[in-house]
This record gives sequence, C-alpha cells and structure tokens, in this order.
Amino acid sequence: MNLKELVTGAAGEKQFLLGNEAAVRGVIEAGVSIAATYPGTPSSEIGNVLSVLAKEANIYFEFSTNEKVAMEVAATAAASGLRSFTFMKHVGMNVAADSFMTTAYSGVNGGMVILSADDPSLFSSQNEQDTRNYARLANVPILEPSNCQEVKDMVKYAFDLSEQFNLPVIVRTTTRVSHMRGVVEFGDVRDNSSNNDNHWKRGHFKKDPSKYVPVPAFAGDMHVRLWDKIHKLEEVTNKSEYNKEIDFSADKKYGLIASSSAYNYAHDVVKFNELDINILKLGFSYPFPQELVGEFLADLDEVFIVEEVDPIIERDVLATLGAKKLNVNVHGKLDGTFPLYHEFNSDIVSDGLNKVLNFKEDESVAYSTSLEKLQEDIPNRAPVLCAGCPHRAMYYGINKAIDELGLKLDDVVFASDIGCYTLGINPPYNCADYLLSMGSSVGDGCGFSVSTDQKVASFIGDSTFFHSGISPLINAVHNKHNFVLTVLDNRITAMTGGQPNPGIPVDGMGDEAPEVSIRKLAAACGCDYVRVINPFNLEQVVKTYKEAFERDDTAVIVSKAPCTLIKGLTKKPPVKFIESNCNNCDKCVSELACPAISKINGKITIDKSQCDGCNVCIQVCKYGALEAGR
Amino acid sequence: MDNHYSIYICGVGGQGIIKTSTIIGEAAMNQGLDVVMSEIHGMSQRGGSVSTELKIGGYNSSIIPNKGADMLLAFEPIETIRGLDKVNSETKIVYNTHPIVPSSADKPYPSVDNITKTLKENFKHVLPINGTELAVEAGSVLALNMVLLGAVTADDKFPLTKESVIEAMKNNLKPKFHEMNLKAIESGYNSIKG
Repeated sequence: MNLKELVTGAAGEKQFLLGNEAAVRGVIEAGVSIAATYPGTPSSEIGNVLSVLAKEANIYFEFSTNEKVAMEVAATAAASGLRSFTFMKHVGMNVAADSFMTTAYSGVNGGMVILSADDPSLFSSQNEQDTRNYARLANVPILEPSNCQEVKDMVKYAFDLSEQFNLPVIVRTTTRVSHMRGVVEFGDVRDNSSNNDNHWKRGHFKKDPSKYVPVPAFAGDMHVRLWDKIHKLEEVTNKSEYNKEIDFSADKKYGLIASSSAYNYAHDVVKFNELDINILKLGFSYPFPQELVGEFLADLDEVFIVEEVDPIIERDVLATLGAKKLNVNVHGKLDGTFPLYHEFNSDIVSDGLNKVLNFKEDESVAYSTSLEKLQEDIPNRAPVLCAGCPHRAMYYGINKAIDELGLKLDDVVFASDIGCYTLGINPPYNCADYLLSMGSSVGDGCGFSVSTDQKVASFIGDSTFFHSGISPLINAVHNKHNFVLTVLDNRITAMTGGQPNPGIPVDGMGDEAPEVSIRKLAAACGCDYVRVINPFNLEQVVKTYKEAFERDDTAVIVSKAPCTLIKGLTKKPPVKFIESNCNNCDKCVSELACPAISKINGKITIDKSQCDGCNVCIQVCKYGALEAGR
Repeated sequence: MDNHYSIYICGVGGQGIIKTSTIIGEAAMNQGLDVVMSEIHGMSQRGGSVSTELKIGGYNSSIIPNKGADMLLAFEPIETIRGLDKVNSETKIVYNTHPIVPSSADKPYPSVDNITKTLKENFKHVLPINGTELAVEAGSVLALNMVLLGAVTADDKFPLTKESVIEAMKNNLKPKFHEMNLKAIESGYNSIKG
C-alpha cells in the first residue's frame, strides 16, 4: 500500500493496515489540526507516518522534546478550538502526567485525544504499567480497541466524545493491537482545510481563567464539574455500541468479560472450542458501565474476566456484584485463574478457562530425544549493537580507559538510559548497571556520586538528553556532583526507528529547523569540562575518558558519530583480514563483539554484507591482521 | 473450517519477513478473506529473532496458538527450531537451509544436516530449500523472501492463488525489482512443487 492512501482513500475503501496506520487514518478522518508526540514503541509508527503525511493532511505535526511537551502542545491546541492528538508509549504517560492531570480539570474546547500504547510482556519497555489506571487517576474516559478497524473507528469517535463532554479522551492500545495488521474500511473525512497561509488551520484562544487557570479559587469548582461529566458519561458507557454482548450460548450459566487484545484470545477460544460462554466485550471501559455489567452478571453462576496487565475490570466487577447484591463466582487474575503479568494468548486463556470448565484434552506430543536436545542446544539470538555502531566503539574505549587507569569494573558504576545503547548491558561491554527511566542516568549519576566512593559514568543518548537530561545536568553542576556524563550523539532517535530530534537540522515535517548544540547546552549548564569526540578514533576516546575520570566535577563527553542505520550515509568498504598476520588472540571477536566479525572453523571471518568499514577493529588488532578496505 | 490457514513466519531481523507477511495479508484481503497478522517492532529488531503470524479466515486474534500453524515458514535453520511450538503433525515446515550465525551466540551453531535429519524424524512434512542460493540465482540475496513467498503458494492447502500473491507483491515492492522477484517467486514455487 502507498501511505498516501491514508489521506486520499475514499469512504468504503479497504486497506490492510498496521494498527498504528489505522490510528493515523482515524486522525485524518477526524479532521485533526495539531499532532505531537515523543516516539516510543509500540506507538512509534504513528509518528513516522504522520511526519510523512502531515502537510497533505492539513496537520501540524511535531516530534516534541518529550511527552509532557507533546501533551501541552495538544492541550493548548484543543483549548484554542482545534482538534488535537498526542500519542506515546505507556511510560510516556508518566512524563506527561503532570500536565495531563490538569487537562482533565480544565477540559478542552476542540476535541483532544491521547493514544497511549501499553506493552504487555515488555517487548521494548522497562515495565508493564497499565494506562487504564491513568483514566481512573485523572477521571477521563478511555476506549480500548482490540483490532485495526476499531483503532481507526475509536480514534475518530473519541474526538466527538471529547467535544461533547469537553474532556480529553484516552485511547489505550497494546503492542498486539498497535502492531497487528488487519483489514480496515475507511470512513468519511471531516474537513480541516487551512484558513491561513500555513498548511494547517488556526484556532483562536478565548480567554477564561476560571476554566483554564487552576489556581485554588478555580480548581475546586473544576473538580466538581469533572465529576458531573463523569456521571453523565456513565450513561454513555452503559449504552455504548463498543460495549456489546456476543452470545455463544442460550444457557446463561457462564459469562466472560474482556477488553482489548485479551478479548481476541477469549473470543477465538470460545468460538473454536464451541464453549457455552457468553462474552461481554468492553471497548469503552471507563467510566465503568456498571448498569450494563450488572445486567450481564445478573443471571450468571460464573464469570471469567479476561484482561491484560492489571485486574482493573475485575475489581470493578467485584464492586458491581457488591453494589447489586449479586452472587457470582469471579475467575480472573485475583483468584489465580489467569496470570497477573505478561501478555495473554489463546493458550493462556484456554488454560485459564479449563481450570473451571475442564474441556481440554491432553495434547502433549513426545518428540525424539534428539529433537529435544536440539531445542536445548540452539544458540541465542539476542538483539545486539549493529556492525558499525558508534556506541560499540565508545564502550570499547571506556573499558580500555578504565583498565589503563588501573581500575576494576567494580570500581565504576555505569548509570545507563533508554535507547539502543542500553544494549551496552551485554558482555563484553558490561556498561549498564542501573536504569530507571528516560533521562535518569544523569540524576542517577548525581546520587551515586554522593552515595559511594566508586567512580560514576552515566550514558545518555542525544534524543534522551533533550527529553529529560538537561535539568538533572544543571542539578549536577550546582550541587557539585562528580561523574562523567557521556552523551551518545548518533544524530537520530535510533531505537524507535530513526526520528529527528532537536540536535539535527530537520523537524518532524521534514522542514529545516535550528540545530540545538549539545556541547553548548552542557557548557551553558555550567560544565567546565565538555569534550566532543569521534568514537571511531580509539586513541582519542581512551585519552579523553582517562582525563575525565581524573576530574572531580561533572565532566561531559559528547561521543558524536551518526547511527549506521541513517539512510543515505556513504559506507566505507569492508575491512580485509590478513590471515598470515593473525595471532589468534581473538580480541576482535571477544572484546569488540562486532556482528560482522566471527570465528568460523578456527579462522576470523569478516561478513562483508554487514561490515560498515568503521575500522575500529583495525585499531583493536595489534598484529596488523585487519586492514582498511579499498 | 474451509479457508482457515495460519502461517508462522520467523527468521532474523533484516530478512524481509514483515514485508513478505504483509504481501500475503494484502493478497488475502484482495481475495475477500478475513485476515489478521501480528508483527514485532523495536528492541527485538537489532539483529535478533523476528517473527510474524498470519491467520486467514474468521479469527479475531492474530497470535497462533501452540501447535496451531498450518505452515511454519522459517528464513533460517535454527529459527525453524525456535518456531516448533506452533507446529503439529500436519504442519508444513518450509525453511531456508542457509545459516546466519548469531554474533551473540552462547552455544555453537548446530549442523544444518542434523537439523533436517532430526526434523524429518519427528514431522511428516519437512521441506528444506536452499532459498539463499535460489535468491542469488534470481538476481540478489535480497530476493530470499520472494523465494520463500513462492514456496508458501505451492502448498495445496494455501488458500490464496499465486496470481493474487504476485499482484500484492507488485503493489508493495518497487517496479524495478518486479522481474527479479517474479523469478524468485517461481523458483521458490517450483522447489516445493517440483
């Protein structure tokens, strides 16, 4: 499919879309004018697609420096009467939370929708938190699509809902919904034509401090109004077409309540095993539709609650049973029927149902012992830093500097951060000892430097530094903390698929933009020692780290070289191996661990399709067995 | 259960697995069939194992249950072994015999002949093909995914026509590669049919 179809496609047209692409079509159909994000998997492709289509779709789009800024951009757009959209991964909600909480009080004017993508089973995240808690914390409505068509439809519907109730609305996806592909039928597109010289429409902010400025005198009333809206919304969720019963049984003994991707598994298990269970699918799950759920529960003996991450619907069901004085056995996460963690699948759901219904036959198959042995013996294929990755060169260099200073690995604490460079956790680099969140490496450096006598080295990426590394760096300087901060400036936001950031001269719509200098920022924060190094020059790397570790202030090293995945970079020819010079010391394999170098049948082999010609291995080899390609 | 068909596709990041799966999905949609697919992005793509799951015919979930695949299509020998949870006694196991040795390997890479021998001891339909060699013959090692796409269409139970798969390929890949890709699809098809 050509992505432009997302803008030009007519109502009734069908496309095979990724959930995240379906979200973009929903945004376009809703006539959004302003969209902002900070990239985070599993929501990243929404931004990648919007950055290509923004101009044609009359949308102003930006990669904000962090999720809180993105939330603020969207909130003010909505306050100015425009439809606005912000989206992030689940942990991005933590960053945005301070402003998000207030948007619930102040409300909106144009529709405002927040898509938050949860990551059960942590495919690329540091935790499994459940966005549905934020809907309850802030008291805003939440929709939970379970397939690509619903992603598109619910995003669009969320804007109408937001305007009707003057509240932001959350759309919660999970990895399996964001990264599902399915057939999506397009709907009509709401006009969002520009009314000025820019490609997007401008609104007008109508001043009303009692609505938009939560000083104590006003905020108390805002909270009262918020509850009023939530009570009215309960009438909507009790009747919503997104909360529907799917009957597989005339008998009303067993019921099942499910949402999001967990609904898909439950549906397929019930359907394909022909189980006598009726399902209530909750697509619009907060405010909790207590009347509807109460009616569903009324005739049942047993109910299964199938939801991913936290037992949220389950607790609301238990409360409903209490309020309605009903007696139904509840089987969910809390009684151990289903796991309290990790994503579900059809097998987990059928195993859970089987604990009560006993319908499964033993399907175990015995394979030959040779196959079992083969399954045990296959090597791991963990994610690694790419061949030619500048991070590898820097990690090799810092290890060498530590060694030359006579320090042991335990003498240095490595505070890492969120990005590809977290892969430095792996041997032989062993450069990640502690990690909390985006930007935490800098604050962690502050803490370790006063809490231990160990040396401290913090690592942060360029995009992560802009995201939340600057204010802790000011803290470090002002409070006289002693550590070495490395900013791994690879000229892109790499892990999430290569988005621009303020360090490069391009914005989220592909236009020229001022480049913000990390070196100058560090200097302006008050750092006396700021060095920009080329990580591929090992001698310079080692010398600079030795110098920085000897200091007693906050030293900043900017390790600057582009990510090897950036398109259009000129590649150097692959390295050549001179077998006659090889001393079999294996340093290139064991200490550098580049995926392009391996030892096959006792001989060093360079994978020419992978080698990027970064030439770091040549500097590692003492015997001249590796030579620059020509 | 007519037209129900589940394919588990696995291999290594960069082998064109997501593109191959998307082409099959789009072809299914164009033939009027219900289709859902699952793919993994992000951290899992830095040279790690990659898999997609495709389910045709009335499913809500895009994840194939254990032992639920009609076909296991593996782009790499040891990834075939990693995908065996999805296999039952009737599953067609099609895999490329060309190994990619992981740089993060914690254990020695097993012999591919032993993999084939062991699979054949345990399963009825084991179909190894040297996809990488066929891709090079077709014009480029990058056509490996098209060779394997051709191999899928050769399965008698596969509910899509070769023509609709080719049509979807043309809609998803650059015209200058169509000729090579067609050659690759044909050679993959013939390696199973022939």
